[in-house]
Amino acid sequence: MDAQPSLLDELLRHGLLFDTGVDGLYGRAGIFEEVISGIETMVVRIGHVDRPEVIRFPPGMNRAHFEASGYLKSFPHLAGTVHCFCGDEAAHGSLLADLEKGRDWTGGQKASDIVITPAACYPLYPIVAKRGPLAAGGGLFDLSSYCFRHEPSTDPTRMQLFRMREYVRVGSPEQVVDFRSEWMERGKTLIDKLRLPYVVDVANDPFFGRGGKIIANSQRELGLKFELLIPVSSQANPTACLSFNYHQDHFGKLWGITQADGDVAHTGCVGFGLERLAIALFRHHGFDTTQWPAGVRAELGLT
Amino acid sequence: MKDEINAKVRALLGEAETVSVDALADDSDLYDAGLTSFATVQLMLALEDTFNIEFPESLLNRRTFSSIGTITSRVQELLMQKVV
Repeated sequence: MDAQPSLLDELLRHGLLFDTGVDGLYGRAGIFEEVISGIETMVVRIGHVDRPEVIRFPPGMNRAHFEASGYLKSFPHLAGTVHCFCGDEAAHGSLLADLEKGRDWTGGQKASDIVITPAACYPLYPIVAKRGPLAAGGGLFDLSSYCFRHEPSTDPTRMQLFRMREYVRVGSPEQVVDFRSEWMERGKTLIDKLRLPYVVDVANDPFFGRGGKIIANSQRELGLKFELLIPVSSQANPTACLSFNYHQDHFGKLWGITQADGDVAHTGCVGFGLERLAIALFRHHGFDTTQWPAGVRAELGLT
Repeated sequence: MKDEINAKVRALLGEAETVSVDALADDSDLYDAGLTSFATVQLMLALEDTFNIEFPESLLNRRTFSSIGTITSRVQELLMQKVV
């Protein structure tokens, strides 16, 4: 599989993605979006029985919340901030002159109050904290957002702007651990229905630097992160398409989220990489969805 | 040498606000005592600075930093390797 022509070239050639000139930033074709919608519908069909609270955020979050989240401690290399021109007419003149002469014009840009959302659940925690102690049953949320990670790559499964769908559980350690176990089974069932090969394995997040190795190793040793991996761009390095995360009391402590009895809340989430799943389907079933197995088409609601 | 290292390790650990060092025996589990992953990273960087050593990748895990005793031993080994 590794020696075949580039998967990105194939996706572009078949008109499923559109090149923008930036690695990891692509337009999506209608049929690509239909596949994404189909996947989301399948996820909701499974997840709605738990009656999650649905919240949608735009793909930007409050910079103050981002700063408080600790993201810069762990992943400074992946973050994307929104900067804007805030100068006067003279500064505008300099900007245009720099632009005209091909010089760097971005030096005068100032950080706005918005950061591009790095993971769908990041804007949620301060909102949950603000509501006060959780009800006895804890909380369950259905989230979806475009997310940004600065990791330019020609591997189409490693986009810089991509959609992440998440269910987030907030509550007691038992509630969160049970939620995660349940979704690991549900996730496997979902991928079986899509007739894709996979393995589930212990994993770690890409924490920055040598210090990050300690955190990553610790995450693996404690079994805090599992991924459902599908061979997409490479057989040897399969792609994480679903992840099952137990944050312990990290976000609960950070944001002051408490359970009904006053104890710090634990959190966990299941995340679905929607573009990755769609690309996995194109990779395994072909670039023409009309040729996909009837069962897979039916599951996705493709007509 | 070991006592000196041990005292410095305790001093650095005391700077990690999540842990109260005085109550800890050399073999107490630091994670049970409240050492977080992020505090471990800060501690690792401080140890490297103080002793002018570099922890190899194979030692960048929870076990290395799990007690004052293990940290002291690993630091001592790294210092000995430098001398050789």
